[in-house]
Amino acid sequence: MKIEPLGDSALIVRVAEDFANPNASLNAVLGALRHLEAAAIPGVIELAPAYTTIGVFFDPARIDPAAPDQSPFDALRTRIQNVLNASSFLNETELEARVVEIPVCYAGEFASDLGDVARVTGLAEAEVVRRHASAVYRVACVGFIAGFTFLSGLPPELATPRRATPRKEVPAGSVGIGGAQTGIYPRKSPGGWNLIGRTPLRLFDVKRESPAMLRAGDQVRFREISREEFESFSP
Amino acid sequence: MNVLVRSAGFLTSVQDLGRTGFRQSGVSIGGALDAHAMRVANALVGNEDTAAGLEATLGSLRLRFDDQRIVAWCGGAFCVRIGNENLPPGHAGLVASNEELVMTAPKDGSRAWLAISGGIDVPPVLGSRSTDLRGNFGGHEGRTLRDGDSLPLFEERRFPNRGPDKNGDLEIAAPWISEWSAPAPWATTAARDRFLRIVQGPDWRRFSTESQTALVGQSFTVTLDSDRMGARLDGPRLERIDPTDLLSEAVVPGTLQVPPNGKPILLLGDCQTIGGYPKIAHVITVDLPIAAQLWPGELVRFHEVSLAEAQGLLCEREDDFARFRIGLSL
Repeated sequence: MKIEPLGDSALIVRVAEDFANPNASLNAVLGALRHLEAAAIPGVIELAPAYTTIGVFFDPARIDPAAPDQSPFDALRTRIQNVLNASSFLNETELEARVVEIPVCYAGEFASDLGDVARVTGLAEAEVVRRHASAVYRVACVGFIAGFTFLSGLPPELATPRRATPRKEVPAGSVGIGGAQTGIYPRKSPGGWNLIGRTPLRLFDVKRESPAMLRAGDQVRFREISREEFESFSP
Repeated sequence: MNVLVRSAGFLTSVQDLGRTGFRQSGVSIGGALDAHAMRVANALVGNEDTAAGLEATLGSLRLRFDDQRIVAWCGGAFCVRIGNENLPPGHAGLVASNEELVMTAPKDGSRAWLAISGGIDVPPVLGSRSTDLRGNFGGHEGRTLRDGDSLPLFEERRFPNRGPDKNGDLEIAAPWISEWSAPAPWATTAARDRFLRIVQGPDWRRFSTESQTALVGQSFTVTLDSDRMGARLDGPRLERIDPTDLLSEAVVPGTLQVPPNGKPILLLGDCQTIGGYPKIAHVITVDLPIAAQLWPGELVRFHEVSLAEAQGLLCEREDDFARFRIGLSL
């Protein structure tokens, strides 16, 4: 584990070496995140997990130094090391991740790039859908735009390069494949991923206590739904 | 009681110190691009640090107030008038009811922050009244202000004990501009050189020695596609020597990230929460006010300092601000 400064008011905790084993990395990050949250170190403002790291945002003026000449960064690094060394989470394999089911309609104009994905992967469209909807994914991070969910666990044979020209407008709820990742657009936005379906769920809503429906580390499954079922979700 | 936006100017939005606690949902901190300026202006009018004010870009702003208010502003080299009186940056001024405040285009710099006593009474969204212009929420209807908008203000209960208060009567005679003011470097952030101090970023070593030297030795030009998310810079191409594919991880306002074209982007308040480009350096927090004044076509230079120095400067400024607040209340 390595702790590096990210400017003068943030730092990055590198929890896992790499993302070769997404489940192990995300479990380690999730475990470290929970311990850091529980420790509630004074001066720490918030934590932001992504893939193998946790960003820690803090107010240097509110970090208590252990010694008079210790810098806020050194003081906080020591505090974080103490919190994480004291816990044995890095060996825990069965960390219960939440499982969230996302209904997706893979038909019609919701799946405008399904044909391209089928052509690139050499699979029938129905087979692309079947494989996409039967895999189990993990949320690697939420970001880029508020609520955008990057999922790891895309079956490797479904990997498809991003579109040469990004769309100016991708509808909210669109499910896409971008390279080896799949993800969900929380709101209408520009985007370059191949669109293969759409969920009627609101992935991001400022009226909720936790505005993004999904959090880093969550397990995600897609359930194929019909057009009728999609429409029946409408508020 | 409201403030009527007679003319909204180029780009004006309701901002406070920003939105924290929702990075895990991908929500940017946003808020005033120069949060310190907003805080100082708030202190000058007797507001809490977190009260919502206005961020004006390039001026051309005209406001009319329903009732009398104390106002103050900090930022670029703008000219602000209350009626016929000039309100210099870092001073407090009284606006009478139905009087107009006019902010004209800046001679230097690009943004200013205006505090109004009481603060702007828009509903907080995710713990903040600032406008998230990318997410279209918060502030006034999640958008920049338009001509004719009317913004509710919190009731003004206190009245400053420094005004030319006639027999304790609340009918203070306008015009009134305070003699006292905030320290000049806090009030005016545009007249200085566009010289930003940086600390090394986590990916500093992924760049060639020539690129590291160029970053601190040469000038960069702010390009047209800059906005509240970031200032895009043109200049010597910054070359990576290590082609490793990087995983996205946390970024922060002040981060200098370098896309494959070698042209650095200086991230500002509305930046995304995570990014996958290498982070060569970070502008130190006490210099973000100068970064918030950058405008396309301007030159900017960087100077490296140690992390300990950057944190020392920030702690010093926080001490100074705490003393300034105490001074105002005496």
